Amino acid sequence: MVMDYMLSEEEQMIVEIARTIAIEKIKPLRDYYDEKEEFPWDIVKEFAKADLFATYIPEEYGGFGKGVMGLVLVVEELCKVDGAISLSLAATALGAFPILISGSEEQKKKYLPDIASGKKIAAFGLTEAGAGSDATGMTTTAVKDGDYYILNGSKRFITNGGDAETYVIFAKTNHSRGARGISCFILEKGDPGFNFGKKEKKMGIRASSTRELVFNDCKIHKCRLLGREGQGLVIAQTTLDNSRPGVAAQALGIATGALNEAVDYARKRVQFGQPIISFQIIQHMLADMATEIEAARALLYASARMIDSGKVRRTSKESAMTKLFCSEVAMKVTTNAVQIFGGYGYTKEYPVEKMMRDAKITTLYEGTSQIQKNEIALNLIKEYVTKSK
Amino acid sequence: MNVIVCIKQVPSLANVKIDLETGRFKRDGIESVINPFDKYAVEEGVRIREKIGGKVIVITMGPPQAESALRETISRGADEAFLISDKIFGGSDTLATSYTLSSAIKFIGNYDIIICGKQALDGATAQVGPGVAEMLNIPHVAHVKKIEFIDDKLIRVERMMEDGYDLIESSFPVLLTIIEGINSPRIPSLRGKMFSKKAIIKTLDAETIGVDAKKTGLNGSPTQVMKVFVTQQQRNYGKKFSGDVKEIAVALVKRLSKLGIV
Repeated sequence: MVMDYMLSEEEQMIVEIARTIAIEKIKPLRDYYDEKEEFPWDIVKEFAKADLFATYIPEEYGGFGKGVMGLVLVVEELCKVDGAISLSLAATALGAFPILISGSEEQKKKYLPDIASGKKIAAFGLTEAGAGSDATGMTTTAVKDGDYYILNGSKRFITNGGDAETYVIFAKTNHSRGARGISCFILEKGDPGFNFGKKEKKMGIRASSTRELVFNDCKIHKCRLLGREGQGLVIAQTTLDNSRPGVAAQALGIATGALNEAVDYARKRVQFGQPIISFQIIQHMLADMATEIEAARALLYASARMIDSGKVRRTSKESAMTKLFCSEVAMKVTTNAVQIFGGYGYTKEYPVEKMMRDAKITTLYEGTSQIQKNEIALNLIKEYVTKSK
Repeated sequence: MNVIVCIKQVPSLANVKIDLETGRFKRDGIESVINPFDKYAVEEGVRIREKIGGKVIVITMGPPQAESALRETISRGADEAFLISDKIFGGSDTLATSYTLSSAIKFIGNYDIIICGKQALDGATAQVGPGVAEMLNIPHVAHVKKIEFIDDKLIRVERMMEDGYDLIESSFPVLLTIIEGINSPRIPSLRGKMFSKKAIIKTLDAETIGVDAKKTGLNGSPTQVMKVFVTQQQRNYGKKFSGDVKEIAVALVKRLSKLGIV
């Protein structure tokens, strides 16, 4: 028996489809893509055909309106088998959220249906070489020139960079206003002056492309501005409130996959004349892994439901807690899975070493675990200040 | 181009048990799935529609539970589905099944191609497809491995043979039984799955399709299962030669020439 989270019939369908694709389409190719570091276009097409890109997009833009819950169910299920390939989809969501949150009706109609159908994938460009945790330290600029903006600068570590068609980019439109001087733009592959720099070689998530975006007098029409000038940072933060559960789902999926592998191996591996699962030390390790995974899942689903309910304007604290907890659990669980496998777990003969490599990124991107704690603490302080007034 | 696909629900292979008393499958409590060969048939039908238009209608003869199999085919791209179900159809052999299905197909009418899987996983007779074609008095091609050409007047298919394949042309209507590997059945999409839940599956009973009660069910079935048993394998075949390589070779050649093989 597994924990019952009262998923609706349609949510169960989403899980079922994602599971079938993970097992039938991703599993046979996961080692290939990890080894070759190629973008998994074959599998992206499968996601598109099965409507997996569309779960969280509202129905009026070609989606199914299943919200953040619809997204996390897909990502979790895919990541049980492979934590990298599904990033084509999860990072597209990260690029789609700013349009969903702040886009005009025209912008939504122009960009979201192609994202929902999987015809175009998207990306989100906030980080720069010198502006990671401190996003306000960005140096990319957008200068207004009549009906146009001219962008200059570069973005670093952009997931789906080079492979996506639609990019949401943050740039400073007014240096003197600091955090309120950042604006958000939609860029399209092929815009004049928009180029791609080097592709990163990484420890994990190697089937996912991570590239530099370069803007050299990149000229775009003002209709590409998302929201109003100066709203960029708020758009970025609200986006992260919605997207961090996606990273948590990736972490949770990887952790669940690692637990499955570890239980399976411990039942088969015989030492001292008995399967190692009969040793209490192994049982206790597995019990801890399973319990933490279930706690992580409960937190993730609760946060996703809270976001989807639309009852609160911001869910920064809950999203940060979810991402922090799930990603740290993933790191712990995958490390222990390798431990249970012993020397074999350190080899590429078994999938747990890859799971451990893939898990690490979840404690880093969309804010490190330490940044999540800052976010949680900041919101705690705010809440208690409000209460004591 | 209207395509009718005939499918069968079979017990999931993982846990099949046979009732040694009656010689039939124990179906109670066993999960049923679409006959794997029929998934290729549905996919091929959907591909024909995607290429030249029309619609894909899936039919199955079976108990009311078979409706779930029909819904699954809708999630895989079929447009409509009919459940051919009546108590009097129970116990039909391949002849009675062919008769009943062909009656239903006549009732539905307006078809160009009928596609069946090459055989069912449980009975494995491969008779029902050709049987339906005979009763409808239309041509059929069995064991189709590829549709080489199709337009609104003509179809050309590759028929798998033991020593290669035949290229066969036919006009419409035609019945094809197809083999596994002709395509790779698609994974149902979310839209397809949601649509299939809401789809209305019509049930056609004996009276509606106008079958002769004497030709269907147990009454219409000349074949009856007499006995089912597990064969005992004889294990004393073969002879083992020992010695060095030369001795073994000499002994083997002697033995083979004694048997008249060399």
